[in-house]
Amino acid sequence: MFPWFGFEFRVAWRFLREGRMQTVLIIVGVAAGVAVIAYISALITGLQSNTVAKTLGSQAHITLRALDDVVAAARPPTPGVTVLTETQPRAQRLRSVANWQALLPLVEQRPSIASVSPMVSGAGLALRGEATQAIALMGVELERYDRIVGLRSKVVSGTARLEPGEAIIGNELASNLGVRIGDRLTVSTGNVSDSVRVTALVDLGVKDLNRRTVIVPLRAAQNLLGLPGGATELDLQVRDVWAAEATAKALRVEFPFKVESWQENNSQLVSALNAQSVSTTVIRGVVLVVVVLGIASVLVVSVVQKQREIGILRAMGATRGQILRVFLVQGAVVGAAGSVLGVVLAVLLIWLFTSLVRGADGLPLFAITLPVMTALQVALLSTVCGVLAAIAPARRAAALDPAQAMRI
Amino acid sequence: MAATDPTAALIELGDVHKSYNIGLPSEAEVLHGVGLRVLPGEFIALMGPSGSGKSTLLNIVGLLERMTSGSYLLQGEAVQHLDDSALTLRRRNTLGFVFQFHHLLPAFSALENVTLPALLSEGRVSSVQRERARELLAAVGLVDAMAKRPSELSGGMQQRVAIARALVMNPPLVLADEPTGNLDTASSDEVFVLLRRMHAERGTSFVIVTHDSRLARRCDRLVELIDGRISQDRAVADPAVRISG
Repeated sequence: MFPWFGFEFRVAWRFLREGRMQTVLIIVGVAAGVAVIAYISALITGLQSNTVAKTLGSQAHITLRALDDVVAAARPPTPGVTVLTETQPRAQRLRSVANWQALLPLVEQRPSIASVSPMVSGAGLALRGEATQAIALMGVELERYDRIVGLRSKVVSGTARLEPGEAIIGNELASNLGVRIGDRLTVSTGNVSDSVRVTALVDLGVKDLNRRTVIVPLRAAQNLLGLPGGATELDLQVRDVWAAEATAKALRVEFPFKVESWQENNSQLVSALNAQSVSTTVIRGVVLVVVVLGIASVLVVSVVQKQREIGILRAMGATRGQILRVFLVQGAVVGAAGSVLGVVLAVLLIWLFTSLVRGADGLPLFAITLPVMTALQVALLSTVCGVLAAIAPARRAAALDPAQAMRI
Repeated sequence: MAATDPTAALIELGDVHKSYNIGLPSEAEVLHGVGLRVLPGEFIALMGPSGSGKSTLLNIVGLLERMTSGSYLLQGEAVQHLDDSALTLRRRNTLGFVFQFHHLLPAFSALENVTLPALLSEGRVSSVQRERARELLAAVGLVDAMAKRPSELSGGMQQRVAIARALVMNPPLVLADEPTGNLDTASSDEVFVLLRRMHAERGTSFVIVTHDSRLARRCDRLVELIDGRISQDRAVADPAVRISG
């Protein structure tokens, strides 16, 4: 299969072994480069996953709402006539997504969508005794909404349950109103008021949300906000968070609704993440270049040191191709050995980071793991770089004239 | 490749010229129309003062350098216009080399150095080839040194390893460039006797470049090169002293 394996591998291996110190140093150099690449990849992936998870912990990947109310033009435009107008934008009222009950299964059956949850949301007040707090009122079907934001996992007190007349509220709001599990409070939206019993307190990860959130059954919110049978939005969870924008775009084309992805709603965060990814890619690229130059420089020196041996081998009948491959194999061996050692080093660095760098609660700041695929990719890339780095020295070795090489 | 004719000359050089730095002010012609015919089984000494072109001629015969003009028939095949890989294969299959400075690979043991041509040729060393290399090393008196690295061997021992390596693929011709030039008199005699013995036992042709007229007189034929021209080419008178030294 590879008739050159025997000769090339054996000679390459002996050459590497002969210059042991040189070989060890360059393998350590490659390992350091690979460790930096693998560690940074894992760190940034962990950091970004953590940031995205925290950001999306309290919001849907995609929201689908009714289109905004707009003021109709006073008269149709006439060709050749410029009409100067100033239009006051219309105040937006709460409106339901038209025919959402029929729309929901249509959206839900798309392969990219993991789950869909209808919601009625609007502003209101929470009253208890003399205390009054402005709230964001959300009416949901608990099972569906739990699949969107994992509500049950955010419960810090009580049991998540939303039977008629029950509510789940943010822990800060509970504290401000002096409410405990089982207590009642009044929710008012202007003309309509309703008394609800608190079944659970939740920590949504954002203080402001914890101060304002009141979650009630869908039907209760419909009554409170004057939208009987309606849903102000459909919340969508996609299977791949980074594909949310593409899915939103497809939905926009298909349905006459206002569809927004989480990327659109968090454009600054996405820009920051992109900038971070670009910086990481640049760092990885620079490290790879350094690794390639390191391997190449050592092999160039090796070619100079081994000129006589190359001459002997050529005199004995080694072809230029065989000599070329001897040095390519050396590059590959150095790259592969450095990769394996580098991945081990990266795992060690990750372990050190998660063991030593901890938050105030004593837990790791965020989870970092080095996926097997990433480790394999980095190792493969470095091995390929080892071969690429060896090309120039190998060509130089192969081009040596045997008679001249032996005279040196 | 042309079929080998055992009665034909092994090597036939005609009007060989070799110049260096062609087209430069320093251009110099070192061989001026050299002709040489080597028959199978010959044991030839190639003599001449320094700078006479001996090593250049040997390199051309050994396909390590190209001539500037002239003709070269190796086993009846014209080789002067072959490309590098074809020349490499002819070199591998037809020629063995012994150099003045032994030129063993320092990272390989004596046995591995001897099996290198087989490894290079086939990508592996068969048990038959390894056994043959052992026999050759035993024949040159290195039974106990097979596992040793060149740095652990004396100059004479290294040269004996180089002779075993040159013979391991059974080439019809071995080219030796001052094989005793770097050895003391005793080692030099030892190596020369060994070369003669291998020639006698195996029928391999030898072309030996030497400065040593004492050794040259113990060859079958003496070719002398002066200023890039063959000044004499004659049979050596007394063959009786050849092997005994």
